Amino acid sequence: MITKRIIPCLDVRDGRVVKGVNFEGLHDVSSPVSLAKFYSDNGADELVFYDITASSDGRKLFTDILCETAKSVFIPLTVGGGINTVDDFDRVLKCGADKVSVNSGAIRNPDLIYEAAKLYGDQCVVLSADVKRVDGVFRIFAKGGRENTGMEAIEWIKRCVGNGAGEVVVNSIDTDGVKQGFDLEMLQAVCDAVSVPVIASGGAGGIDDFITLFNTLPKVDAGLAASIFHFGEVKISDLKAEMKKANIPTRL
Amino acid sequence: MVAIIDYGVGNLFSLKSSFAQIGADVVVTDDVEVLKKADHIILPGVGAFEDAARKLHDCGLDKILIEMAHSGKLIMGICLGMQLLFEKSYEYGEHEGLGLIKGSVRPIEDVIPKDYKIPHIGWNALDFKGEKSPLFSGISEGDHVYFVHSFYASDCDDAVIATSEYGADLTAAVAYKNVYGCQFHPEKSGNTGLAILKAFVEMKEGDLC
Repeated sequence: MITKRIIPCLDVRDGRVVKGVNFEGLHDVSSPVSLAKFYSDNGADELVFYDITASSDGRKLFTDILCETAKSVFIPLTVGGGINTVDDFDRVLKCGADKVSVNSGAIRNPDLIYEAAKLYGDQCVVLSADVKRVDGVFRIFAKGGRENTGMEAIEWIKRCVGNGAGEVVVNSIDTDGVKQGFDLEMLQAVCDAVSVPVIASGGAGGIDDFITLFNTLPKVDAGLAASIFHFGEVKISDLKAEMKKANIPTRL
Repeated sequence: MVAIIDYGVGNLFSLKSSFAQIGADVVVTDDVEVLKKADHIILPGVGAFEDAARKLHDCGLDKILIEMAHSGKLIMGICLGMQLLFEKSYEYGEHEGLGLIKGSVRPIEDVIPKDYKIPHIGWNALDFKGEKSPLFSGISEGDHVYFVHSFYASDCDDAVIATSEYGADLTAAVAYKNVYGCQFHPEKSGNTGLAILKAFVEMKEGDLC
């Protein structure tokens, strides 16, 4: 039986892991390579490296760190942030990334997903969608959650999956950083709309939130979180032991 | 020495790193002389069967691989590389494989329930078939490995050494004489995957399954 995946997300800037609350107020946490290894050893099923570097020097540093990580960590690695062209896919895949997540890059260039999926396969292309309710409607936000694109989220996600996105990370801006649980309503709407794996992001505050997520929405494939793992509030080994106890298919 | 065949399909960085991690002497090569000197050959692959089979044929490595397999060299195909070991694939048409293992490659949608997602992606448990294969000497039944695939090896019961349950028992690993194959990615399957690669590189020519 396929297991539910637990995915720590590492936001990386200038070679260090950072995590913001509601995308603001970044705190330096740790070295990406050692943190990645630590998570892998403690049962993470996959890792996301999110490059929030703006400068080209920082970008080089990011790919160096990615290469170094892929030499010592043997679980799937997804890379996101700053992915605007097929060349960006090539750059990170060469450094050991298995999947590449696109967000603003796909909003700016709607052909990016199609082109990348044709070259590298659907399984390689992950759509990352930052979604927020505006007047009761799910809207897609760009630029790290700062800019409302005005696009209706479910339609956008369906379109991207139709173009070849093989997985969707749904990050609820409404619940991100609030630690009161995942955005079940939003996730349900996405699960009903697409047949590719859906990864829940934004809102995990503790172990119970993951249990509730997988028990309430059996079609959600994975749960992603950052700060609760980085600050040790939730240990992945404890989380997975509790998931197993709750009869959720889990890799221990 | 372990030689990973470079025929322009997919990225070999992680695969190479995983062999380095277990202390194997590893090269990535398309040089026939290097392949002939190697003790263990890895046939990788991601993407479409037809494209990969053509690339292998275009660089003449298909014939070399068949010769080496018949001479007893230890060969392991990974993911699409495993599928290429079979006689044919029905991935978008009908395409010839290397024919080193009897059987064919078919869409998983033919055998799994309609509400299961395709591709089969994520960590799934290995169910051993028959006598425990030497490939699994370092792991236990039920250990999880990482899959990403939409097609599976079928009509190959005699060669199946492990399956994984995804609404149907999908072929997870195969072995026939000196030729092995994993549908999953051992290089992305944590310590379980590394233990499988280690078991393979510790095999010697003449050790048959």
